[in-house]
Amino acid sequence: MAITPIKNLKEFSTANDRFEGAHLLCPGCAHSMIVRELMNCSDDNLVIATNTGCLEVSTAVYPYTAWDTSWIHIGFENAATAAAGAEAMYKARKRKGTLKDPDAPVKFVAFGGDGSTYDIGFQWLSGAVERGHDFTYICLDNEVYANTGGQRSSSTPIGSSTTTSPAGRVSYGEKKMKKDMVSIMAANGAPYVAQLAPNKWKIMAKGFQKALATEGPCFINTVSSCTTEWKFDPKDTVHITDLATDSLVFPLYEIIDGYELNILYRPKNILPVKDYLGAQGRFKHLFKPENKHVLDEWQKRVDASWERLQRREEARI
Amino acid sequence: MKGVCATEKRGTKEIGSEELVGWDAVTQGVVINSFEGNATNVASLKQEERNYSDFSSYTATVASWRVVKPVYNRDICIDCQNCWVWCPDTSIISRDKQMLGIDYDHCKGCSVCVEVCPTNPKSLLMFAEHEEIEKALESWPTKEK
Ligand code: SF4
Ligand code: SF4
Repeated sequence: MAITPIKNLKEFSTANDRFEGAHLLCPGCAHSMIVRELMNCSDDNLVIATNTGCLEVSTAVYPYTAWDTSWIHIGFENAATAAAGAEAMYKARKRKGTLKDPDAPVKFVAFGGDGSTYDIGFQWLSGAVERGHDFTYICLDNEVYANTGGQRSSSTPIGSSTTTSPAGRVSYGEKKMKKDMVSIMAANGAPYVAQLAPNKWKIMAKGFQKALATEGPCFINTVSSCTTEWKFDPKDTVHITDLATDSLVFPLYEIIDGYELNILYRPKNILPVKDYLGAQGRFKHLFKPENKHVLDEWQKRVDASWERLQRREEARI
Repeated sequence: MKGVCATEKRGTKEIGSEELVGWDAVTQGVVINSFEGNATNVASLKQEERNYSDFSSYTATVASWRVVKPVYNRDICIDCQNCWVWCPDTSIISRDKQMLGIDYDHCKGCSVCVEVCPTNPKSLLMFAEHEEIEKALESWPTKEK
């Protein structure tokens, strides 16, 4: 396959972009950083399906498309199904000898936000993974339904103020824990799953390339810092993502064949979780004295999950 | 072009001059082509070598979104490509490992490139949209201690 490891950023920058500007994503949106990188780390022909969400509505506003590859949108929930269907058809036609160019390398990719991945398209994704289609599903996780006005999803973390879990006099915002989608997908039978972030571009590119090269369904959760719903200045997207990975709120790791867990990034200085939370408007109420217990709870959970990851890495079970 | 509308008389009422049709006659989707003619091997072509159609957003502009714009100073740049990898709007023009400048048709003025530029002083700085590039370059700050 036409996948060559990327040595350094200068070399990477010779890639010819296939995700065009003048899409309508917000200034500073991490979605497009992630999508650009996926498309730049491979020369293969890409067939990309996208769930309804910010990425879809902003990149295919008639009469324009930002995509220089085959791209399909059907519904909110079914990018996984669309990619799986295209992949099944491709295989069948290859078998029957009806492809125009049977040797051209083709990869199937699906994108979805956390709303369509963790909630609405969960069943479709789980089914496509279970059936074993050869595709890579990438979740652009901004922990909220950003496209429809900032409603909570099952990816929204505790304490976050959203339009359906607003913080105020009686509430500190979202009450529930974020769903552990990466583990769920590993348990679902995906041969390669990972959590990656665009601030660590090299780790992310390597993970993307690994997923594309792995036969079978791969799942990648990417941290997609959202300037609008997380409430930070657009210029700070990379900085906020740095805080996310260095506080271990978003640890970067991969799981191969459901058991071989590798931690991909160990911060030299682990930052306190409150540095990450304090940089975003969606968590600002947590710094009131009456909400101190939520901050403590946050740190406790992040510490525990880091401990668990390290043990799983050692144990290989 | 046929039109449909969701009234109780669906399938019988005309919208304007368009004839109303049943659900099974409605076009079920739309295909738009990013390129004119042959669209193979796109990944091996630079943007200026491609034959974009009018449907590609490459031919559109979001310049009007900006109130501030990044200005690029070639004299200080070390071609590290940080700005290229993190620009969310494909607006850093890099060719053959060299940063060439900013694509002002597609840049939204987010300032991410300025934040990630590692040189001292920075090789990219934000200026008011109406500022002339020459004036901006003349007023460039000197090295910070
Ligand atoms: S200001 Fe934003 S959109 Fe414009 S070139 Fe810099 S990173 Fe790209
Ligand atoms: S980030 Fe700064 S130094 Fe690096 S290529 Fe861009 S302008 Fe040049």
